[in-house]
Amino acid sequence: MRGFASQTNWRNQSLKPFDFAFPELNAAALLPLAILAITGILALIIEMISPKRDNNLIVGISIFGLFATAVSIFTQIGNPAYTTGAGMIISDSFGSALQLIVVVATSITVLFSESYLREKRIPFGEFYPLLLWSATGALIMCVTTNLLMLFIGLEILSVALYVLAGLSRSEEKSEESALKYFLLGAFASGFLLYGIALLYGATGSLQIENVRLAWVQNAEGSRILIGFGLGLMLIGLSFKASFVPFHQWTPDVYQGAPTNVTAFMASVSKVAAVAALWRVLSETSNVQAIWMPALTVLAVLTMTVGNLVALVQKDVKRTLGYSSISHAGYILVGVLAGIKNHSLNGSATIPYYLLSYSIMTIGAFAIVSLVAKRGSENTRFESLHGLWKKSPFLAVLLIIFVASLLGMPPTSGFLAKFYIFQDAVRADMGWLALVLALNSAISVYYYLGIAYAATVPDTEDAPLAIVTPSVSVKVACALCAVIVIGIGLFVSPLMDSLNLPNQNVGGFETSAMK
Amino acid sequence: MLSLITFLPLLGAIVALLMPESATKAIKAWTIGIATATFGVSLYVLSQFKADTFHFQFIEKYKWIPQFGISYFMGVDGIAIWLIALTTFLTVIALIFSTYINKRVRAYFALILFLESAMLGVFVSLDLVLFYTFFEFSLIPMFFLINIWGGERRTYAAFKFFIYTFAGSIFMLVGMVALANLYANVNNGHLSFNLLDLQSAAANGTLWSNAMHLQPFIFWLFALAFLVKCPAFPFHTWLPDAHVEAPTAGSVILAGVLLKMGTYGFLRFCLPLFPEATRQAVVPIMILAVVGIIYGAIVAAVQPDVKKLVAYSSVAHMGFVLLGIFSLTYNGLLGGSMQQLNHGISTGALFLLIGLIYERRHTRQFKDYGGIKSQMPIFATLFLIVMLSSVGLPGLNGFIGEFLAMLGAFEACFNGAYGLNLGFAVVAGFGVVLAAVYLLYMFQQMFYGKNENPENKRLKDLKPWEIAIVCSLVLFAVWGGLYPKTFLAPMEASVQATRLMVVNEPGLRPMWNKATDEIDMAGQSSDKGAFVEVAPRSLSEVGGPVEIKNVIAPANLHMQGGGQVNVKTQTKEHFATRQGETN
Repeated sequence: MRGFASQTNWRNQSLKPFDFAFPELNAAALLPLAILAITGILALIIEMISPKRDNNLIVGISIFGLFATAVSIFTQIGNPAYTTGAGMIISDSFGSALQLIVVVATSITVLFSESYLREKRIPFGEFYPLLLWSATGALIMCVTTNLLMLFIGLEILSVALYVLAGLSRSEEKSEESALKYFLLGAFASGFLLYGIALLYGATGSLQIENVRLAWVQNAEGSRILIGFGLGLMLIGLSFKASFVPFHQWTPDVYQGAPTNVTAFMASVSKVAAVAALWRVLSETSNVQAIWMPALTVLAVLTMTVGNLVALVQKDVKRTLGYSSISHAGYILVGVLAGIKNHSLNGSATIPYYLLSYSIMTIGAFAIVSLVAKRGSENTRFESLHGLWKKSPFLAVLLIIFVASLLGMPPTSGFLAKFYIFQDAVRADMGWLALVLALNSAISVYYYLGIAYAATVPDTEDAPLAIVTPSVSVKVACALCAVIVIGIGLFVSPLMDSLNLPNQNVGGFETSAMK
Repeated sequence: MLSLITFLPLLGAIVALLMPESATKAIKAWTIGIATATFGVSLYVLSQFKADTFHFQFIEKYKWIPQFGISYFMGVDGIAIWLIALTTFLTVIALIFSTYINKRVRAYFALILFLESAMLGVFVSLDLVLFYTFFEFSLIPMFFLINIWGGERRTYAAFKFFIYTFAGSIFMLVGMVALANLYANVNNGHLSFNLLDLQSAAANGTLWSNAMHLQPFIFWLFALAFLVKCPAFPFHTWLPDAHVEAPTAGSVILAGVLLKMGTYGFLRFCLPLFPEATRQAVVPIMILAVVGIIYGAIVAAVQPDVKKLVAYSSVAHMGFVLLGIFSLTYNGLLGGSMQQLNHGISTGALFLLIGLIYERRHTRQFKDYGGIKSQMPIFATLFLIVMLSSVGLPGLNGFIGEFLAMLGAFEACFNGAYGLNLGFAVVAGFGVVLAAVYLLYMFQQMFYGKNENPENKRLKDLKPWEIAIVCSLVLFAVWGGLYPKTFLAPMEASVQATRLMVVNEPGLRPMWNKATDEIDMAGQSSDKGAFVEVAPRSLSEVGGPVEIKNVIAPANLHMQGGGQVNVKTQTKEHFATRQGETN
């Protein structure tokens, strides 16, 4: 039991637990987290001092804070990667790129939220601070390889989201959604924490990279601990990223939560979960033999189940929920391929896919949020009828988002899938690429259903369910559309500006596909 | 120039979308004007096109996504140039015809221009991903055209159309990625989706040197997309639904251009990039083609609905295109390429005429018609000409394409090439007869007999502008029948080169990006159609006299191809050796 023995040594060495040197801290790496958290606190104070029916000031401050956060992240890009805070924070272009996605996604959510909350009769000022703190948690998860930090980030992200999911207090569905999310989320956190504890037991350290060393050292029993620890951790993260079979909460929560919260959940929460997954898996890539087969099965299941069940849905939010499950499956293929073949785009594929996915999902949800009227909302497909009549502009945008979710060129969704195909083919996982292709073909049906619903003129017997879109919704959606098409057409400048891998590399072992 | 052709309609569509919905007249005038201007530009390109080279002309190349070797790369050759002209021409016709539309005018006219842009993009793209972009993008406008302005079962038809074609082509994307990575294996790890790069690697044998076992696999990924698009039996079921439900302009474009993307894809990608796999796939694809010809004809013969009948006849006609292409003979390929145009003209015209009568009577059932010849003599005359062109009557364009395709098929089958036997050609020949059966039956049912239905007695004959647009199509049908050289001449070099890319062995295949490779079509020598190496020259000088430097094609190739092929000179032994090499 050398694993435990080394721990004992460590305990003996530091008899005085508080007697340690204060770790060197790089303020630049912490700045984005600090700005966003403080903005949230500020927003809450303003809400407490003068609770008005009008949250415009809070919205303004939130947007400003998010902008400052984005700037502080952007200044980090281009620096060589470094760790700070005794290895608790890692600053690299992968993390910065994901942080930027979180900030952009949160900003767009803030932009279209106010009019929705008012229409839904839940214009509570605390929405914004909670959202910002939740985003802070996601920011932490993007830039850490420390298991404790990972857990803290996840909890900050989740606890705020539990509250947000139940924001619409008068609605049973919203409450159900919050409770379900909370219970299952707590369950997942438990798995994660247990896994972290086992890994700590095996390695005597909270840094993920030590798992790699411990595996190589092959101390007696440590491999079993690592196996179980990683397994439990991956289950916890799979809950968050909603991989099948840990996805059951997703459609219910997505449907029940207020639409803007759903948009945030579908984008930011997923970005954070995938970021953590990528960090954990890439740091333990020498333990692939343990997790690769299991996660491959999970990827196939997630894609297939997500798409098949989405086919029979009658509710747009639920359909988009299943769509987000299948996209999680696609991302998982990218993650696995990226890690299997370390030389490639992996660390560019994931940020690109997440950016593309977040923006198009938020755009779609932003338009779906228009069906909320006078405190209630009905998000069945029929509710979208007449969108064309109400606002042809938004109908066209919805079609763009749906086309992107489907992976039609020239949107970013196409290029994102292309990235994954490329990685999968290079990593000798061509068959996974084919499974993905098959799933894309299945997904046509329900995406077309959404696009179709948006172009049907409203029927005369049913009143138009859609409210007149406010300017901020239009701006948010237009922004999403510009990003979706812009990064679809001009990906190279994006990769250069984010300092992500951008070189022309290809080729694969041809014998492997025999 | 090609970018202008491709994006002028797109620009026009965006401007049209910005116009107020109520200004229907202005929108119609503007979109028709844009389409006409595009047609004008395509005519200019046609007039500047040099027919005696198989190399791509009007090339435009810019970096697009360099990290994947994806470029914005356009160019035309003899096969594409006519399809471009056909697209721009049919779009003008379709738009003029659509002026009766009064429901959501702005979106309708903008969508047709979007569609035109996508279709043109398909025919000019020389980069695989760029091609895929346009190939897929064409689905979106067509989906909405069917779904919003279509008939009763429009939603079903639109969904089916989209799902079938998308499902077919998404696998092609995987194939493309695999292909680019194979290329990277032999190119210092640099990816490229450039068709010319890939083709030259396939031509000198390096591309497949270590991956011959993957070739059939990737070939079928591509072929599936194109077979669905053609559509070949058994992937054709979306077509009748889409045709019947689509508005007339949609049907015209669908039959006239969209189907050609499938056969064009075979000519442009499958044949040059997968030579060995193509030769192996001749038999299965010929079977699909022949079954499609017969099945399409038989099913067409029992339809009670005129539009459905024409839709199934499309399946049969596209079968002839496939038959010609996969005979892998010069005549067959030329006939297949020609038949693409003819089908666009004659079936487009048929749908147009059906649309004209449908606007008057709002029915397409045979039982509602009968004896309307006396009521609408001009309509009947035009219908007869177009119908006969579709049947393949000598003197009209349909004959030329079908004859050449059949000739090619007979050549290949007679020689037993690639495992074919005479049965294929003979059975396909029956398809020609069947076409006459169902089309003449349709004509008889509609136009002869007694005009008993009082509704039909009120029918008015065509208006002058309607006559004008139909006549413009009839003009091309007659032109193509009487003087096909206009249409065939620009294709010859490209078709011959495409054939040699397949039938020759590595090293003897012409390369698109090697300026010294040339097909000698100009000389009247006995070795017409041989693949020769000429002195280096720039494309601008292509019109000048050809200096033959070095004939590098094997001797037996001199006997194949060319205009007047003596079938007997092609020995069975030659094909036998070819077969041996393939296996």
